[in-house]
Amino acid sequence: MTPILEARGLVKRFGKTQALAGMDLVVNPGRVVALLGPNGAGKTTFVRAVATLLRPDAGTLRVDGIDALRKPAKVRQVVGLAGQFAAVEEAMTGRENLEMVGRLFGLSRREAKAAAVRVLDQMQLTADADRLVRTYSGGMRRRIDLGISLTGTPRLLLLDEPTTGLDPGSRIQLWDAIRSLVVSGTDILLTTQYLDEADRLASDIVIDHGRVIAAGTPEELKTRAGDDMIEVHVRDAGHLRAVSGVLATIGHDPRVDVGARRAYVAADDGSRRLMDALRALDAEGITVEDVSLRRPTLDEVFLALTGKPAQTTGAPEQEAS
Amino acid sequence: MTDTLALAPSRRAAVNPGAGLWVSSLVVAGRMVRKFARTPQLIVFTTIQSALFLLMLRFAFGGAIGTGGSLSYVNFLVPGFITTTVLWAGMGAATGVAEDVEHGFVDRLRSLPIPRAAVLVGRSLADAALMVWALAVAAILGFAVGFRLTGSISGALAAFGLCLVFGFAFEWVFIVMGLVGGTAQAAQSMGLMITPLVFLSSAYVPVASMPGGIRQFGEIQPLTPMVNAVRGLATGPGGQALLEHSTGYYVGLSLIWAAAIFVVFGLLAVARFARR
Repeated sequence: MTPILEARGLVKRFGKTQALAGMDLVVNPGRVVALLGPNGAGKTTFVRAVATLLRPDAGTLRVDGIDALRKPAKVRQVVGLAGQFAAVEEAMTGRENLEMVGRLFGLSRREAKAAAVRVLDQMQLTADADRLVRTYSGGMRRRIDLGISLTGTPRLLLLDEPTTGLDPGSRIQLWDAIRSLVVSGTDILLTTQYLDEADRLASDIVIDHGRVIAAGTPEELKTRAGDDMIEVHVRDAGHLRAVSGVLATIGHDPRVDVGARRAYVAADDGSRRLMDALRALDAEGITVEDVSLRRPTLDEVFLALTGKPAQTTGAPEQEAS
Repeated sequence: MTDTLALAPSRRAAVNPGAGLWVSSLVVAGRMVRKFARTPQLIVFTTIQSALFLLMLRFAFGGAIGTGGSLSYVNFLVPGFITTTVLWAGMGAATGVAEDVEHGFVDRLRSLPIPRAAVLVGRSLADAALMVWALAVAAILGFAVGFRLTGSISGALAAFGLCLVFGFAFEWVFIVMGLVGGTAQAAQSMGLMITPLVFLSSAYVPVASMPGGIRQFGEIQPLTPMVNAVRGLATGPGGQALLEHSTGYYVGLSLIWAAAIFVVFGLLAVARFARR
């Protein structure tokens, strides 16, 4: 089976910044892969290389078996791209935007009209199809942007931070739209800064920092990073040492943040261990201001997997063009 | 090989063939035309601006400017004003292209299976249509402030056609500025760099009235033969009397300039656009 995406030793530099530092990634068909990493980790650079918008300095890159460095025009026939910015024409309606790109994908006028109807339905935008995009909300813009790539039939859909900057409601709607694509069998590579987004959408998560730091299914990665975080806030920073001692019995390697008067630890079965922690804290006579059970943040996953915090490199992501 | 084929998922999508140069250029041009039609402020304000500019030259400065011949200043000015309209109108292309780069629209088009030149060709076609409009408005304004055609009708039409040709050539200069500028603001500042070209030409004042070095620049730069050609065609003997060479000479020279500008900046634009 030809991998839908095969990158070997991909390198791209912008001046002194190394956006891709020997990226290796093989994606088989039928998968939804999330590239998870902080700003400046080179995620956008990688997507732009796959979309043939920029040329890597070194390494090989094959999309659906096609050499992206030698035959970029062929690659463009099999990929679809939805970017960080909703790249739609504001002075046109949603339907017109879809028909326009459908025509550019090589559809006849009639086929483009039919494709627009299909995509509008898929993105739940039929009711707003004939309004100018400049009157759309941010979430609707992202959905029409996503839909535009689907007027063609991409084998690999590239989604660069599809929900960055959206309100929670719009995010969930967009997630639904992306999931419906997964069901219909489109292979997807998406980039995100949000652990929960990768978790909800992807069958594989790749932790990316210019090169692959860790990869696996969401379950595999979370097992390695700890499933839940138990976090304890105290009123008196002097108690933190004792709290840390209690947390060490709950999970592995508790961390203390003196400035915020809190200590936290990763635990595998959070809700049950939370009760244990409360009993132990009570037994120690420690006054607790607040206790919470939460998902690990991207930073914490990084810390767990690499031993280093997720640092942002110098250049902001958008300038990497 | 047979095994691999059998394993391949049956739902496998066909490749997208992509549109050819002609269809994709027209589709891109169609988008621009809709954008202009639905964003009237783009056109209305450039029109008002150009009208104010003409009124200022004609009535505030005009009295102090001698044409160096029997031609009245309004008949001297209006052909120059119409010619330079293509530059003022074309400047919008620099900001428009830069906005498309800035907002990812160019990336979207570059990721599609279409000839990359189509994006630029489509843009220039739409802008040419816009330029016809701007030229027509400029001509009407010209007559309104007192311009009278003293040349032949066919000469006037030829002058109009020449302006379109110049506009199409300069369009590629502005496209390059938009691609290089990358943001609307930067592109606008770059676009304004053509201001010296406009003022240090024979468009609004006779080049002969300029001092030494500036005068030399005014004589050799491309806009002067363009303006001279248009003026000669539109005003007949009165305008021709001011020219050092025949009108035909300036028509020829200006067309050579236009072709050179088109080739150089067209290639630059395509190279810059295809770069990755």
